[in-house]
Amino acid sequence: MKPKSIAIVGAAETTELGRIPNLSQIGLHADAALNAMKDAGIGPKDIDGIATAGETPVTIAHYLGITPKWVDGTAVGGCSFMIHVRHAAAALESGLCKTVLITHGESGRSGIARSRPAVSPGSLAGQFELPYGPMGPPTLFTIPVLRYMKTYGITEEHLATVAVVQREWAAKNPRATFRDPITVEDVLNSRMIAYPFRLLMCCLVTDGGGALILTTADRAKDFPTKPVYLVGTGESVETPMVSQMEDFTSSRAFRVAGAKAFEEAGITHKDVDHLMIYDAFAHLPIYGLEDLGFCEKGEAAAFIGERNTAPGGKLPLNTNGGGLSYMHSGMYGMYALQESVRQMRHTAPAQVPGAKLSVCHGVGGMFAASGTIIMTNEG
Amino acid sequence: MPEGQRARPQPTPETMHFWEGTKAGELRLQRCNACRKVYFPPRPFCPHCASREVSVFRASGKARLYSYVIHHRPVPGFTPPYAIAVVELDEGPRLMTNIVDCPQTPEALVLDMPVEVAFEKMDDEITLPLFRPAKR
Repeated sequence: MKPKSIAIVGAAETTELGRIPNLSQIGLHADAALNAMKDAGIGPKDIDGIATAGETPVTIAHYLGITPKWVDGTAVGGCSFMIHVRHAAAALESGLCKTVLITHGESGRSGIARSRPAVSPGSLAGQFELPYGPMGPPTLFTIPVLRYMKTYGITEEHLATVAVVQREWAAKNPRATFRDPITVEDVLNSRMIAYPFRLLMCCLVTDGGGALILTTADRAKDFPTKPVYLVGTGESVETPMVSQMEDFTSSRAFRVAGAKAFEEAGITHKDVDHLMIYDAFAHLPIYGLEDLGFCEKGEAAAFIGERNTAPGGKLPLNTNGGGLSYMHSGMYGMYALQESVRQMRHTAPAQVPGAKLSVCHGVGGMFAASGTIIMTNEG
Repeated sequence: MPEGQRARPQPTPETMHFWEGTKAGELRLQRCNACRKVYFPPRPFCPHCASREVSVFRASGKARLYSYVIHHRPVPGFTPPYAIAVVELDEGPRLMTNIVDCPQTPEALVLDMPVEVAFEKMDDEITLPLFRPAKR
């Protein structure tokens, strides 16, 4: 992708976040999409490209009254939306369509018409993981961590510190689900879920949605919002089974997606003003900081502990409070993108003063997939 | 006794040799005849070089405990807390399993400790490869 050739001109979350008992899953998609269309000052007839995950693009296009000429249903978990942004950029750049809508909606807490793919007993995961008693992400996403902890000598206190620092960011955000300060002791005294992970090291489970509207940079000037330009994008996948990761201390998908995005953007790490790393669990920012190249291997936990990513630190990270404290519907990547857009528009509740460049990094499945989007407010 | 039954794997044509192996008390892996690499999970070609010339062989059943979590919530077929573990076989591949004949505690489950396969019959068709601390 040519840097700054594509812009985000509409961005919004659902009107409510948290517990939304009056909307089903497609209703959450629609609420977010309508808010994003209002933000961009356009309607469904102005949209000719659609991408979504969780629901099919057919369902969402029909529900919203959109007739698309370009469709993307890439569904690889919570980073699907980063990958949609990347695919949309390529489609817009090559003229396949002019205005793309990307939607997410998930009734994660209320479970109203939520679609959850079941693992077939004959799939590889069904044969070689499921019989051993995993029950969703808290027992799978977390499996590599003891190996990381032994390799680099980090402790449960380090994991707890990730949650504590993100709560500091959440305290500044009126829309965050959890805003009360917590201590390392609070985290280490919270209920054990899957050793070494305690409740406060695990993400929330909430209802919500978000949507983005993208177009080419030359058309972006006609929209009422301040354009947020894409400067680099990356994507990759590794394995549907966490037990088969090449390296338990590093994600190949993270490394490939991140390196590609940085290469496209032509930036260095010290150019980055703001960073989002999808944090379904407390170890994700640690892996992300290292695999994206912000920290040397084994040094990210200390980097966080030294308050580099905290309010006032040199690398503000997960400034909405993250999946640990802001919200997490199941596929959180859309909310990370929304916060990067807010930071680039200078409208974030915990605004990083003067931020010009934001890196937004997502994970899908249990280290199965990854997408990285780098954006700027400088045209 | 735990309530319910753990998830039952459903063998496919490409994995049948593995499940026939565990039923016969053998842990079977595959090796590429072309590049000689050992791989898992089962498939009728080599994921390293794409050769279809591959062989099934009996693995030693020896491994080391590579990583795990100890789950504290109920799952059908399990009594919490129980460990969901990944072991690294002496032949190289890693696989998910449970560790038996061992307290399910961080103190007893020490990373890199030697473990050995312990077959557990689930029904007439399926026997699971679990692991236990290796006999000294």
